[in-house]
Amino acid sequence: MSEELYVLHKDVRVKVDAKKTNDWFYSDTVKEHFFSPRNFLRDKHEIDDFDGYGDVGSAACGDRMSMWIKIDKKNDKIIDCKWQTFGCGSAISSTSMLSVMIIENGGMKIDDALKIKPQDIVKRLEELPARKYHCSVLGDKALRAAINDYFRKTKQYNRIVEEGAKVIDTALKITDKDIEEAVLEGATTFEELQKKTKIGVKDKSCIPEAKQLLKFYMEKYFGKEDGKNG
Amino acid sequence: MNDIYLDYAATTYIDPVVKKSMERYFTKDFGNPGSFNSYGLIAKKTVDDARERIAGILNADANEIVFTGSGTESINLAIKGVARVLREKGKHIITQKTEHHAVLETCRYLEKEEGFEATYLDVDKYGMIDLNELESSIRKDTVLISIMYANNEIGTIQLIKEIANIAKKHGVILHTDACQAAGFLDIDVKNIGVDLMTLNGSKIYAPKGIGLLYVKKGTPIKAIMHGGGQEFGLRPGTENVPSIVGFARALELVQKNKDKESKRLGKLRNMLIRGIMEKIPKTILNGHPTMRLPNNVNVSILNIEGEALLLHLNEEGICISTGSACTSNSLEPSHVILAIGLPYEAAHGSIRFTLGKKTNKKDIERVLEVMPGFVDSLRMISPVHLEVNEILNEAK
Repeated sequence: MSEELYVLHKDVRVKVDAKKTNDWFYSDTVKEHFFSPRNFLRDKHEIDDFDGYGDVGSAACGDRMSMWIKIDKKNDKIIDCKWQTFGCGSAISSTSMLSVMIIENGGMKIDDALKIKPQDIVKRLEELPARKYHCSVLGDKALRAAINDYFRKTKQYNRIVEEGAKVIDTALKITDKDIEEAVLEGATTFEELQKKTKIGVKDKSCIPEAKQLLKFYMEKYFGKEDGKNG
Repeated sequence: MNDIYLDYAATTYIDPVVKKSMERYFTKDFGNPGSFNSYGLIAKKTVDDARERIAGILNADANEIVFTGSGTESINLAIKGVARVLREKGKHIITQKTEHHAVLETCRYLEKEEGFEATYLDVDKYGMIDLNELESSIRKDTVLISIMYANNEIGTIQLIKEIANIAKKHGVILHTDACQAAGFLDIDVKNIGVDLMTLNGSKIYAPKGIGLLYVKKGTPIKAIMHGGGQEFGLRPGTENVPSIVGFARALELVQKNKDKESKRLGKLRNMLIRGIMEKIPKTILNGHPTMRLPNNVNVSILNIEGEALLLHLNEEGICISTGSACTSNSLEPSHVILAIGLPYEAAHGSIRFTLGKKTNKKDIERVLEVMPGFVDSLRMISPVHLEVNEILNEAK
């Protein structure tokens, strides 16, 4: 089941293999997953078999992902994962890769799945242009939403991890999520962050915390150094 | 299999005839038109000759043609150059929402840095401005109107003559960005009645890095760069002699063949539009059904994202472009698709085909053969299932 390799276009598949060049927009792995996405939900009837469902993003924003997971309840493991994605090449590839990571080696413990970070997906994809990071972010968000859905359905309320946004700039109601978003859109300095969000323009008391969050998200997504995607 | 290039509105190849016309000015007759020696004299004569020929095509005088480095530069010169001369008279500029970024950003710059105020006119669902709205937005302090001749993304052709009449009636200077129009439409400046017109080489089979601004005699304008006083003091810098020669040759060729080529491409365009609409359900044609460039097809394919479709087509050797946010530097979807009132969902799924000299029927057939399959594949993995009427209801 997890080994399936669905080929969208036979011609293309042949070309992907035959053309082992680096002249594409993305890495070879991204390309491979884009043209031959794994584990996507093909048949709506399959849905009934699943234990958790998550849906994040929107077509208006340019990316939307739905994810269905099946749980081995005894071992607290995700043993199957299907998805659907509306989005660009890297969005499709990163969801495909995420699904592979979850169900390879007989499935992933839920607690481990909850720890998957966007850069783990990017690492497996070999590389993603920095400006495409937000695509992979959506994948792990969709997964967490599906896991939370499972927790809710099985009344394991204490395990639900809510992604509530916390207001940082009280004057302009700017949240930590807004800061995260700005970092993903390319803000690397506080000045750039302020330009994008206007944070701290009125409520100057929030600036130290905003700077700290900027540093936190920079490290989360781009590593400890200078914000470059390694 | 050969690549099928359908991105001519981004840029064209250089016509071999054009390339040939340029060759001697790289190595043999390489002089600087400003030099007082025989090399300089040849170069000066060469530029003068090209200027004369272009003036002839535009029905203008040679000293009304100012060569620049690009369409963007011509637009900057036109807008900033006029606005800065007339700033005492008034600080209001009128343009419209689907202009090229070169116009929009120049206007925004003048608003932000030099105290001007710009009105960005709305367009209707086809991308046309409302002439009454244009007229009623003219104020006492309006000094410049800049409206494009034909749109680069959706191909909509504005009623430039009527716009010129309105501008004239109110004594306001009119600039038009005619970069996309030059290959297909009438660019006789007396006939269309504009004061300033931008053209560039890279859309008409001439090299990149060459543009021109037609400046009607008596138009108040001053340079935005300063130096050696070339181009009647409006655009300093050593003249790009080979490109000027190529530009003149290219303009002659496209204008000579424009009716025939418009007819030929118009047929292929219609074939492509019809084919897409027939074979791919849930598709919206963006732009005007008839008042559109003969080489432009722009469609929004619902429930998929443009970049993903572009990648599939690219793998088949079919090169197009998209209005999706994913391929823009700003990560914002096309301002043109949003301006014609479509919601973001439809902007993300918009793709553009622009046809040109090498496009033939086989190319269009090939696109129509492979594209429906790619759309199906992407829709199969998409969780979004919107209908055309939902999108159109959401449209303004």
